[in-house]
Amino acid sequence: MAEITLKEIRHSYQSNATAPGDFVIRGVDITWREGGAYALLGPSGCGKTTLLNIISGLLRPTEGAVLFNGIDVTAQDPVTRDIAQIFQFPVIYDTMSVYGNLAFPLVNRGVAREEVDRRVKEVAGMLDLSEMLDQRAVGLTADNKQKISLGRGLVRSDVNVIMFDEPLTVIDPHLKWKLRSELKRLHQRVGFTMIYVTHDQTEALTFADEVVVMHDGDVVQVGTPKDLFDRPEHTFVGHFIGSPGMNLMPCQIVDGKPVVGRSVIPVNRSFADHEKCSGLVLGIRPECIQLDPEGFQVSITRIDDVGHYCIVRAEFEDQALQIFVKEGERIPSENLRIRFDRSSIQIYKDGWIVDGGTPR
Amino acid sequence: MIDRVSNQKAWFMVLPVILLVAFNAIIPLMTVVNYSVQETFGNNVFFWEGMKWFEEVLRSERFHASLGRQVLFSFTILIIEVPLGILVALNMPRQGIGVSICLVLMALPLLIPWNVVGAMWNIFALPDIGLLGRAINGMGVEYNFTQNPVSAWLTVVAMDVWHWTSLVVLLSYAGLCAIPDPYYQAAKIDGAGRWQIFRHIELPKLKRVLTIAILLRFMDSFMIYTEPFVLTGGGPGNTTTFLSIDLVKIALGQFDLGPAAAMSLIYFLIVLLLCWVFYTLMMRSESNAS
Repeated sequence: MAEITLKEIRHSYQSNATAPGDFVIRGVDITWREGGAYALLGPSGCGKTTLLNIISGLLRPTEGAVLFNGIDVTAQDPVTRDIAQIFQFPVIYDTMSVYGNLAFPLVNRGVAREEVDRRVKEVAGMLDLSEMLDQRAVGLTADNKQKISLGRGLVRSDVNVIMFDEPLTVIDPHLKWKLRSELKRLHQRVGFTMIYVTHDQTEALTFADEVVVMHDGDVVQVGTPKDLFDRPEHTFVGHFIGSPGMNLMPCQIVDGKPVVGRSVIPVNRSFADHEKCSGLVLGIRPECIQLDPEGFQVSITRIDDVGHYCIVRAEFEDQALQIFVKEGERIPSENLRIRFDRSSIQIYKDGWIVDGGTPR
Repeated sequence: MIDRVSNQKAWFMVLPVILLVAFNAIIPLMTVVNYSVQETFGNNVFFWEGMKWFEEVLRSERFHASLGRQVLFSFTILIIEVPLGILVALNMPRQGIGVSICLVLMALPLLIPWNVVGAMWNIFALPDIGLLGRAINGMGVEYNFTQNPVSAWLTVVAMDVWHWTSLVVLLSYAGLCAIPDPYYQAAKIDGAGRWQIFRHIELPKLKRVLTIAILLRFMDSFMIYTEPFVLTGGGPGNTTTFLSIDLVKIALGQFDLGPAAAMSLIYFLIVLLLCWVFYTLMMRSESNAS
């Protein structure tokens, strides 16, 4: 196990990259705690897999350094780094039995046969593969194959980190839940550092203690699932996390209070420092908007009933607004009035969150 | 019950195909079957002979000898061309300008007409004026494919390897390119060496294309005619007389239509049988695998 530090990582797939647009990773600085369960979350094409391959050593970054426990490993290959990686689709060796597959990484490293046998059986037990050890790996179902790929990482007692590159892509939906909770359990049991790449927020939020959100080659926020939800540091995080995401409306600050259109929104902080600034955006989660007969008037455009709650799509000061309304609450067909939860309002400047001061 | 509406008009749609197949496969084949059970002395006078020609062919030492040469030839070229083809494919570049250059170079021999290949190698290998022949003799090795059976065999095999290895290369290369990167990455992480990557990833993934390559090369080489005919004419003596060359000698040289027809049917069945055996064996290991 190791603490992994990425220092000023920039990467481009072009050989002579100069413009910022040439880079797929644009200066990532991050430390992964030893034994942590991390999710690397972001939309497709944001550089997640590239960053993962840089950590594993399959790719060498154009600039920057990768440190394992403070030691620079940038120039080392994956074998020397002692990492394990699980890919989008299961990679198994068709020619071997399940046992052979699990033993393969150990045999290649010259581990003694009794030790190989002991480790393989232990890992097979953990992954419920014990009964299939003699079968050929080719004939198994996708989820069992993926378990084998994972097992090949787990058998090595010395791995620094296990990385998952969207490992549940080819798994049936009903098995995804099962595998994901097994993964979580495994993490608690073996205590390896795990990094889980996904574009699915549910997967990320259920697996990880800490989520790293990537956007366009940058890490925009590192935090617990609660942090990401309550206090997104970037409008992208607010929009990306949550379903539907945060409502974002351009605003101005007058007398320390945000103003959307002509409505002055009451908040519990003062944003007086940002008066006369441009590029300000007010963010509020659909969950943090309540119906209030005394509140602002909005016009409803559509109501989506999704079971336990309704998503009301409305217009407020010519801005689209989505509101969560719990089942059972009556939604008036006209004259819908709402109120924003004061403490849940966030203000962003050029995409990044700004802190409010104490109200005057 | 639903009344079935039968519409026989559809038969007219397949008529062209039936005619085509009839004229270029079924009718000629039936003609051969017809010849194989009869004796003729010309003037369309036929005498029923039953299985006589088949027995005669199957018992004849001449047939055994050319069949033996044929089998030896096919296996020799398979043993050379398949591993060589894979080896070349493994070493071909995967990106850049090199890919196009290699692909064009590989495709070139396949584009040359068979009789031209034979003629080229004939001149190339002539011991007195050919570049290859003179070079080998110049090195002090006695080489004359027109007189020495070993030289003739080596030349025929070399010619076929030159002509057809590309096919195996192209098929293997396509197969190799279709292997997704994560397989290589996983193998790298698992600490697999080059040979293990080949043995446990590349070879299993190439199985399907190699099945096709082996079948194609086997059938083609088992029916080879033009190239050795132009190069050696089956000689020296009968040493490079393969089944097809022998068959043509009997049919058109000696005009023994009955025995020739019987022989070609036997020949056909052997090819069919061997292909079936190859295919079943390869598919069986495939189905064991999945």
